[in-house]
Amino acid sequence: MTIQNDPLLSVENLSVSFDGFKAVDDLSFQLEKGEIRVIIGPNGAGKTTVLDLICGRTKATSGSIQFEGRELTRLKEYDIVRAGVGRKFQTPSVYEDLTVFENLEISYPSGRSVFEALFFRRNKEIIDRIKEISEMIFLDNQLDRKAADLSHGQKQWLEIGMLLIQDPALLMLDEPVAGMTVSERVRTAELLQRIIQSRSVLVIEHDMGFVEKIAHRVTVLHQGRIISDGSMEHVKNDPKVVEVYLGH
Amino acid sequence: MLSLQNRKDILFLSILAAILLIVLPMGLDAFRLNLIGKYLTYAFVTIGLVACWGDSGILSLGQGIFFGLGGYCMAMFLKLQASTLEATKNQSTPGIPDFMDWNQITALPWFWKPFHSLSFSLIAMMVIPAVLAVVIGAAMFKRRVGGTYFAIITQAIASVLTILIVGQQGYIGGVNGITDLRTLDGWDIRTDHAKYILYYAGVVLLLACLLLLRFVRKSKLGRILRAMRDQEDRVRFSGYNVANFKIFIFALAAAMAGIGGALFTLEVGFMSPTFVGIVPSIEMVIYCAVGGRNSLVGAVYGTLLVNWARTSFSESFPEIWTFAMGGLFIAIVLFLPGGLASLYQNYIDPYVCRILKGNGRQTSHTVDKAI
Ligand SMILES: Nc1ncnc2c1ncn2[C@@H]1O[C@H](COP(=O)(O)OP(=O)(O)OP(=O)(O)O)[C@@H](O)[C@H]1O
Ligand SMILES: [Mg+2]
Repeated sequence: MTIQNDPLLSVENLSVSFDGFKAVDDLSFQLEKGEIRVIIGPNGAGKTTVLDLICGRTKATSGSIQFEGRELTRLKEYDIVRAGVGRKFQTPSVYEDLTVFENLEISYPSGRSVFEALFFRRNKEIIDRIKEISEMIFLDNQLDRKAADLSHGQKQWLEIGMLLIQDPALLMLDEPVAGMTVSERVRTAELLQRIIQSRSVLVIEHDMGFVEKIAHRVTVLHQGRIISDGSMEHVKNDPKVVEVYLGH
Repeated sequence: MLSLQNRKDILFLSILAAILLIVLPMGLDAFRLNLIGKYLTYAFVTIGLVACWGDSGILSLGQGIFFGLGGYCMAMFLKLQASTLEATKNQSTPGIPDFMDWNQITALPWFWKPFHSLSFSLIAMMVIPAVLAVVIGAAMFKRRVGGTYFAIITQAIASVLTILIVGQQGYIGGVNGITDLRTLDGWDIRTDHAKYILYYAGVVLLLACLLLLRFVRKSKLGRILRAMRDQEDRVRFSGYNVANFKIFIFALAAAMAGIGGALFTLEVGFMSPTFVGIVPSIEMVIYCAVGGRNSLVGAVYGTLLVNWARTSFSESFPEIWTFAMGGLFIAIVLFLPGGLASLYQNYIDPYVCRILKGNGRQTSHTVDKAI
């Protein structure tokens, strides 16, 4: 075996149809370690569906998804998470009834079985880790607040923090800056730059300014297919992309 | 120093214990106290509903199944105790329960035999409901059946179980149930003295179940359940096998309902299919809603109040009680979704907090669930 840099994630000929409608159509792409990839495309292009397929929320009609040499299409959702895939939803999904601390604690990767959870005890390691993450997501002085009381942007950060605490090798973010103020977007871009050191990130985003700031490579999706792929510069000037997406 | 919430929990439990163990026994005659004891057996179901429905969003409209199974386990044991050769010597087959003899059954069916043993029966009254809950839960939750569909299916199962029992006149007493129960290991359960003892035993068991549920709700598991209720997918995609957590809490509630049913049989002296089906199951949910589906002690008070109201009402106007209860449920759902507990929370809790505040500093990072 030669030592080569295998991609972290390799999607091949992936398709899914809902009642005959092909939401994702024969999609193939690869994601390198340490790469920030942004998927853009018009509404209904199938971007969210791609993330759903990778994390197991939707079952593929055909095709394969290899992650660190494992076939994800055959794994259960929680096994995909445990394998190192973290996913943020398009609408902020945090536990409103719990504090920021508790939100992060539930996401901490221990005590995941019923009986471990029943007899789970907080230890210093866990508390320290929660504090560390809460600093990264700008919520270190909000730990005792109920998540319901956070602003929309803070909820987005909290959900990113809930993924970070699991230390996933692949982080998938569905429109992480949607609904954020300009200054929150800037901080989120910094946050993403900081957290990619040891992982790959797959981001869906509509905000072109934000995409330009973070993307290593951009993939444009339209009607379930890739119509363009490459650097931001390349994609921006691709006439097909301008026609279906950027021109609007 | 205990946290404020812990001090409140101690206060609430002490008040409840004082009411049930001291005030009511002093103020009521044996007959009324036995009625309260009967109501309290329903409270075993309603506190389970707080954990299932209030905390976890799993609305079961079939808790009567588990209450009934617990009750039948106890009734079968007591019936065998009452069917001694001596007591049944006039039957064509002495030594088997009377209703079997009336239905031309000549030998004790195999599934009755283990109920000769008290310890088997005591274990069975919790384990059989819990096992059935695990089976139902595994079939439903693993397939992601939830919400209204789950509620309807539990109703269907309750209805099937009732029909099954009613149809098996010879094997489990049919529509009449299992009646004429007398002694528990030689101890006559029909005397006033026995009723007092059973009442106290029921209260102590109920308090123990409350403490157990308090432990569960305060654990990380309890927080996961509440997280799951609001954002099931987020929990699933945080690496948890969501179905297992639901099965666990559903089975725990079922086991508690079974204990309640067994106590019911002891206190009332019989068990019949009327306590298994759809109507009692829905009534249990109403008790829980009235008391407050997010409060364990609230659910106990709700159970006591609605049943007390039922008894007083239906003594004078039996025909309107059903409507009154339906109206009460609708009113609670519309105007007071948190039940009586939310009245407490809004109007009384601020004072209680002020009184208890003292110097307890809270650094727990936790929204503690009140008991
Ligand atoms: N579970 C499903 N069942 C049926 N149709 C679905 C399902 N999920 C997605 N679709 C359809 O697939 C198409 C792609 O949806 P998807 O949510 O992936 O789009 P998107 O690119 O994320 O759009 P947006 O930018 O609006 O978030 C849409 O037409 C949607 O209606
Ligand atoms: Mg989308």
